[in-house]
Amino acid sequence: MTSKKYDLVIKNGRVIDSALGFGRNAHVFIKDGRIVKVEVDSAPIRQELRTLDSDQIIDATDKLVVPGLIDIHVHLREPGREDEETVESGCRAAAAGGFTSICCMPNTTPQIDNQGTVKFVQDRAQNTDARVFVVGAITKGQKGKELAEIGDLVKMGAVAISDDGFYVQNAEIMRRALEYARMFDIPVMQHSEDRQLCEGGMMNESYESTRLGLRGSPAVAEEVAVLRDIALCRLTEGRLHIQHITTRRAVDAVRQAKKEGVNVTAEATPHHLILTDKEISKEFNTNLRVNPPLRIEDDRDAVIEGLVDGTIDCIASDHAPHSAEEKDCEFDQAPPGMIGLETSLGLVKTFLIDKGYLSWADVIRKMTINPARILNLPGGTLEEGSLADITIIDPEKKWTVKADKFLSRSNNSPFIGQQLTCQVYKTILNGKVVFER
Amino acid sequence: MSRLSSRHLLGLEGTPRKDIEAILKTADTFSEVLDRTIKKVPTLRGITVVNLFYEPSTRTRISFELAEKRLSADTVSFSLSTSSVKKGESLRDTLQNIEAMKIDMVVVRHTSAGVPYFLTRFSDANIINAGDGSHEHPTQALLDMYTIYKKYGKLDGLRVVLIGDVMHSRVIRSNIWGLKTMGASVALCGPATLLPYQVEQFGCDVYTNLDEALDGADVVNVMRIQLERQHSGLFPSQREYTKLFGINKDRLKHLKKNYTIMHPGPINRGVEITSDVADGSQSVILNQVTNGQAVRMAVLYLLSGKDEEEGVS
Repeated sequence: MTSKKYDLVIKNGRVIDSALGFGRNAHVFIKDGRIVKVEVDSAPIRQELRTLDSDQIIDATDKLVVPGLIDIHVHLREPGREDEETVESGCRAAAAGGFTSICCMPNTTPQIDNQGTVKFVQDRAQNTDARVFVVGAITKGQKGKELAEIGDLVKMGAVAISDDGFYVQNAEIMRRALEYARMFDIPVMQHSEDRQLCEGGMMNESYESTRLGLRGSPAVAEEVAVLRDIALCRLTEGRLHIQHITTRRAVDAVRQAKKEGVNVTAEATPHHLILTDKEISKEFNTNLRVNPPLRIEDDRDAVIEGLVDGTIDCIASDHAPHSAEEKDCEFDQAPPGMIGLETSLGLVKTFLIDKGYLSWADVIRKMTINPARILNLPGGTLEEGSLADITIIDPEKKWTVKADKFLSRSNNSPFIGQQLTCQVYKTILNGKVVFER
Repeated sequence: MSRLSSRHLLGLEGTPRKDIEAILKTADTFSEVLDRTIKKVPTLRGITVVNLFYEPSTRTRISFELAEKRLSADTVSFSLSTSSVKKGESLRDTLQNIEAMKIDMVVVRHTSAGVPYFLTRFSDANIINAGDGSHEHPTQALLDMYTIYKKYGKLDGLRVVLIGDVMHSRVIRSNIWGLKTMGASVALCGPATLLPYQVEQFGCDVYTNLDEALDGADVVNVMRIQLERQHSGLFPSQREYTKLFGINKDRLKHLKKNYTIMHPGPINRGVEITSDVADGSQSVILNQVTNGQAVRMAVLYLLSGKDEEEGVS
């Protein structure tokens, strides 16, 4: 507790809080890591601002002031591959990308399928530049055979379960996971690609894979997986979250399921909203190898439509760091995945807002309050009394993605060299600036 | 400087007609060399060529080695298995080490599509693709085209049927691009499970009925069928494959009178083609092997950019 009335005031910014439906120029007052109030400009407020020390004030003129962004799909490589990312470096990358809360997936070595590993990650996340929420495994060792001790995982603080990277191929196990997770009111997050249909797949199955002679992962592998899980979700009345949705038919299935009242949510990644499999072309850029694969234009457009009409609830990066050595090789030998924390916001602004698909209010909803609600996370709003996790955005700032500028330990991004509009100006966690430009 | 529009031969997709014509024309010149008593010219004297084979190959490797030796190039061949490479030295390190020994050209075969392209990103050598995964095998298609050209004096307007495992065949892919560029009409035929997704976008006629595919064709190029496809569930048995897609004498009646039978080898006799057809009077299967020499000599010479004076004399 400090004696001052406020620890920090962010003045003159355009405040967007989609949870409250608020979007006006206003001042944000912070004390003891909490939001005290958000006030529009007035004579008494101006008077109050004049009484404050200048070092307490951040001038956010021409900037956007939004709840700290939330990314519910991130791979921190700790424990196991600390050369690619640690909890600490991942949180630094998160802060640089405007994220104050991230959810880490359990496919570490060892996997996060027991209390000990949850605790290990949480310990590593003390005093980092972002809050880390742990997603536990659905099955022991993510092998798809026996349920992990989900009760234990939740007790230790896991906010959801997922075998991300692997689809739970066994329908019986998935059914039981949805039933069991209901007891704890957590969603089951599913990487929806039938493993047999996409065995050996290097890229989307399309004319591009036919032309390049690379084995394809067909779109139908996702459709089949999503339809099965929606049926199981309907049966069990559990909560299903579809990770990184990529195909028109899968989006249609989620839309229909939501209409019927099935408790299903979905996320989309910036890369699936922007890129298509045509990018792989003849350059065989291994940074474009990702699961699920980049799809055709019609699928990409359908994912955008789903995001616009609310079928897809949120944007998540699927930040997947890989070492340069592992990616500097034959296309079919490269591990799938690309980093995303530091480019997510710029890509969304440049390719979705500037092209007229989404408004800022839509984007903030899909990057703050919606993901918070899916996983019952704190934050996502600037409501009085809530956490002072805030992102200040310079919406028209132009910058170019550079390999050597990433704060992530890895730089496996296909967007290197891309010019983007919109950059994070400051990231505030718990009332303290953790990143600034 | 290369006498072709590119410094490398990575594939025939996008290779312009004038390059293919130049290769065929130059192959004619080297064909004469192969008829001489002393089948060697000083064309590539002082040029070092490395054959980098990451996949077992007998005939392609020997064909390249002989072509290089007959051009008086210094050659060295590496055979590496991809499995040991995965654990040990990376592809980039291997190539950079070899290049540090001051080499000029690299002939590469690899199980992964795109490897020849990958090598061009950090090598100054001329790269020749000798087969990359299921992607392309440009010199095989060039020698196929040269063989057809030698017999008919043209490629324009001929009907060529490619039969077999279209999904996994780099020879078919390269043939499609090359033949279409040269004005031939291309038909593909194979089991539905071995026709890749959206195969019709290649701009070829696609058949699953062999007799329909053969109807009115000039050239039949039969591909080897690999038994491992059966084990991955792509066709039920060799027996059924032979019944539905095997070339035998009886099938030949659908073809034009002056037809030609081709096969890139190695042949599974009695499986995709019967011996009497493979060894018959219309078969040019061994001519393909001979022509492979001339075509590979032509490609090496044209890419090396060595002067004409030192050429074939």
